[in-house]
Amino acid sequence: MSIPLDGNVMVGALEELFSFDVSVAVVECAGCGHSGAVAAVVVYTDAPGMVARCPGCTDVLFRLVRAPGRVWLDMRGSLCLRVDMPDA
Amino acid sequence: MAGIVSPGFFGRRRVAGASLPPGQYLVRDFPVLSAGPTPRVSHDTWEFRIVTETGEKRGWDWAAFTALPAEDITVDLHCVTKWSKLGTSWRGVSVDTLLDGIETSAEYALALSYGGYTTNLPLSALVDGKAWLAFSYDGSDLTPEHGGPVRLLVPHLYLWKSAKWVRGIDLRLREERGFWEQLGYHNDGDPWLEQRYSAD
Amino acid sequence: MARAAVLGRLTWRVGTLVAFRDETEFARTLVFSIPDWPGHDAGQHVDVRLTAPDGYSTQRSYSIASAAGGDLVELTVERLADGEVSPYLSQVLSIGDQIELRGPVGGWFVWDPSLAAQVLLVAGGSGVVPLMSMVRTRAKFGSHVPFRLVYSVRDPGSVLFGAELAELQRVDSSFEVHYAFTRTTPAGVARPAGRIDATYLADAGFSAGLAPAVFVCGPTGFVETVANLLVAAGHDAGRVKTERFGPSGSQR
Repeated sequence: MSIPLDGNVMVGALEELFSFDVSVAVVECAGCGHSGAVAAVVVYTDAPGMVARCPGCTDVLFRLVRAPGRVWLDMRGSLCLRVDMPDA
Repeated sequence: MAGIVSPGFFGRRRVAGASLPPGQYLVRDFPVLSAGPTPRVSHDTWEFRIVTETGEKRGWDWAAFTALPAEDITVDLHCVTKWSKLGTSWRGVSVDTLLDGIETSAEYALALSYGGYTTNLPLSALVDGKAWLAFSYDGSDLTPEHGGPVRLLVPHLYLWKSAKWVRGIDLRLREERGFWEQLGYHNDGDPWLEQRYSAD
Repeated sequence: MARAAVLGRLTWRVGTLVAFRDETEFARTLVFSIPDWPGHDAGQHVDVRLTAPDGYSTQRSYSIASAAGGDLVELTVERLADGEVSPYLSQVLSIGDQIELRGPVGGWFVWDPSLAAQVLLVAGGSGVVPLMSMVRTRAKFGSHVPFRLVYSVRDPGSVLFGAELAELQRVDSSFEVHYAFTRTTPAGVARPAGRIDATYLADAGFSAGLAPAVFVCGPTGFVETVANLLVAAGHDAGRVKTERFGPSGSQR
């Protein structure tokens, strides 16, 4: 069934790559400009990879494939990712 | 991706077999995989078109498409997520029928779907009785969750190449990677050579 | 309660089952010991990976049911009849057996005990699990921030943590639980069986005017319906946090 979940389900996979709390990062859609927490994006997991879509316009925000020995991440649908980060 | 084995865990009932491509297991149900919301396309608005590398177009609406000769086929399906389903019955129009009379020197094809999905294949994978535009599964109209009204069916390749909700095929001189191929999946996708990822 | 912005990348760790308890006929709480577990925040989850002897593996995400902090991780798994993972976890996994876990994950769907705002929790079925972590965390920290749990559940036999919730209500007047039975109501309950609607949320929950923090968890359809009802009732969408579960009560 392709009933979508939300960004919460993708956070663990993304945190194999990123060393910060991805769920609270704010992602802006390159299509419609909608912005919100990664935790709140619409995620399809019944696929050869994980697909995150904009809750506003359903365009693909980012996609991740976990293959043996590598991770592929495509974020072209996101204009940017904003992460609160303490000063070094 | 070897993990520690959890005692007593076997997963869904699955059988590896000599008749299956490497790394595959047999399933009895028909899993639904999708990268997005299920498109709902009515026969009134449905159309399919082929565009060659020179821009020449040929298109069919539902009436024209259903008037084409169709055939019944029984094929095995192999998904890159490792499940295989054997002996599935479909009815569809051979892609050879749609390409008949089209002049092209293209070697590559890009299938496009309602909803935005794409997948690329060599044109050679679509011809000579290897591919269909399928509109019926197991004796009934193809349901939207399995790609209806019409899906591409290329059973000799991994199932992600059998684009659901197909609306066109572009013939190209240069290969353009589709939705999953952009994320590391193989351009050819032959399950018997286990061509899952682009580095395989 | 420190929540580091920089976590370090997550990797799989081995967890050993050290205890379990059956919550209902279909749900079991599993208690895992994981070496060097950093502790978790209320609402976080873990990814679970199971591998079969032939190398086949599959993953699911499960919310942590236990209170924040603590060395042990409790997961409450509800068994789906045709599930692949839930029957194994809830019936087969035995004391001393090991699984792989990755986490804790997710700082967005989290309740911070240092915040003063009252909290409305809306649970659909096994969506109560991460919300129970919040309830338990509140009790553990001795907090009296007003909490209301609106818990939609099929029938009395499906209620998770019922006795514990009743006891917490009994000893703390600032904590309330309101059940919405959708198929079968227990004797003595006036409200007929049925899904949560705007009226019930208005009666049982905190009003929008109080600007509560809101957490909604359950199946996708439930979460979307409830979130829409809350926003329509005036709750600021930015204060309504949601977490969607797949059909087996896990995220996948």
